[in-house]
Amino acid sequence: MRRLFILLGLFLVAVPGGGVDFDYGLEAQRIADGVYVFIGRKEDFSTGNGGNIVNTGFIVGSGGVVVVDTGPSQRYGKQMRKAIGILTGQPVSLVLNTHHHPDHFLGNQAFADRPVGALAGTRAGIERDGNAFAENLFRMAGDWMLGTEVHAPTVEVSEGVREVGGRRLRFLALEGHTGADLAIYDERSGVLFAGDLVFNGRAPTTPHAELGHWHRALDRLEAITREPGFRALVPGHGEVARDAAPIRQTRDYLDWLEGAMRTAAANGMDMNEVLVQPIPREFAGLAVVSSEYRRSVGHLFPAAEQRVLGHGGSH
Amino acid sequence: MKLLALVLSFGLAMGSPALVASESVDPLESARWGDMRKLFFGTQQLVFDDRVKVIGPADAENPMQVPITVDATALGSVQEVLVFADFNPILQILRFFPQRASAFLGFRIKLQQSSPVRAAALTSDGVWHLGGTWINTVGGGCTAPSAASAAPEWQRRLNEVSGRQWTSGPMSGRVRMRIIHPMDTGLVAGIPAFYLEDIEFLDPEDRLLMRVQPFEPVSENPVFTLQQGVPGRVQTVGRDNNGNRFKTWIEP
Repeated sequence: MRRLFILLGLFLVAVPGGGVDFDYGLEAQRIADGVYVFIGRKEDFSTGNGGNIVNTGFIVGSGGVVVVDTGPSQRYGKQMRKAIGILTGQPVSLVLNTHHHPDHFLGNQAFADRPVGALAGTRAGIERDGNAFAENLFRMAGDWMLGTEVHAPTVEVSEGVREVGGRRLRFLALEGHTGADLAIYDERSGVLFAGDLVFNGRAPTTPHAELGHWHRALDRLEAITREPGFRALVPGHGEVARDAAPIRQTRDYLDWLEGAMRTAAANGMDMNEVLVQPIPREFAGLAVVSSEYRRSVGHLFPAAEQRVLGHGGSH
Repeated sequence: MKLLALVLSFGLAMGSPALVASESVDPLESARWGDMRKLFFGTQQLVFDDRVKVIGPADAENPMQVPITVDATALGSVQEVLVFADFNPILQILRFFPQRASAFLGFRIKLQQSSPVRAAALTSDGVWHLGGTWINTVGGGCTAPSAASAAPEWQRRLNEVSGRQWTSGPMSGRVRMRIIHPMDTGLVAGIPAFYLEDIEFLDPEDRLLMRVQPFEPVSENPVFTLQQGVPGRVQTVGRDNNGNRFKTWIEP
């Protein structure tokens, strides 16, 4: 047995020692004039990816840069800022956090000298849950997270058009994926940053979802894709699209999820029976769908179940 | 890698004949099994038995609400089922005593860390039949405060019961019930243990379908799933450790 432990020990040591220098390898993709994105992997958080499972981006205007989300760690934020600095000499005018999930704001530290804006609900969510989220990411992504601390947004933004760094940005104050989801439409380039209201080729996450609100948010985003100036849609996770397909994919998946929970509850299923239900073929190809489905059962089934149980008892 | 495979196959070769010869080899290989054996069963006869099924997610996303389904119906007549988790700070999760209902119960639990979750079913010959499964979790379920402890509204709804039963189709005879209760473990500073400790399910003739004795690790606002042979009105009667009582009918 002792030999087995020694062998296992070697494997454990070998992984972090195997040339990992905590470089996310961020490469900015240019998707329109002055608009760039960093596309994360379609995976769960792990020590292998260091939490780089998220899309971030930036918009370069004539007078400054607007950064959209800052990634999962201080290291990510710093590497992102460096990559931005290589492409433009413009200063960062404003950093935005689309919502309060950790992969979207834990890089804020790297921009602590600049204004960091978010919807009021996002700011409150980061102040409330930020540390717990960060702890969880330390557990899942390991040493990539070293030095990361919560830096909450310093500026509140709200619905409306705003001129920043020489670009006209349309802020949409939405909700549904969380209690406060900011989408940003750059009118000149026609690029829509949808945050995690839209997933592309990866199963949506639902820990703070309110599906009715999410639907209304998707309708508003889809309306923008029908505007003549629309050019590109940047989802929170997955590849950039030139049409509304990821919006429809997200909506279809959420519809299925909601219906599956409702039907399971109506049929009297226990949670363990719901957890092992098959994923329909239509969604089976989405990245990490089986683990996200199981998580979503935990998030959404109790409410569906309670609607069915109602107040059937009589005193 | 070859050495590793050798070591593993050696371990297996050692393990399998022993399984047949003695009940003392724990199929879940838990370091706590010896203590569990002594604590819960003393010198009583015990066998590891695949007919006792403990169903739960291999990886539990939410340690506050880990779904567990125990199915010991393959044993036939069962007098009592004890459910426990080797590595929980409070080991006992619940006991249930099936009478006219099957030896089947679904519920949710709080897990403090990854642990085997086991069910021991006692048959009339005095033998405990043990089944179980490992559940991995990030943990913290037992030392996190209940949502209710932070929001006083629950006090108005304490012991409010909602329930339903299914009378046709594959789920015929299934009864599901939820009770509003914080199920505080007493492991959070300043919040004393406060939990449901006795629930009886009775038929209209007051005959016992099942008695359930929950302990602190059962999740907040417990949901129970059970199976009675023939659909019909079910009366639930229960109380918590502070003496608060409830009595409700679940209609077919």
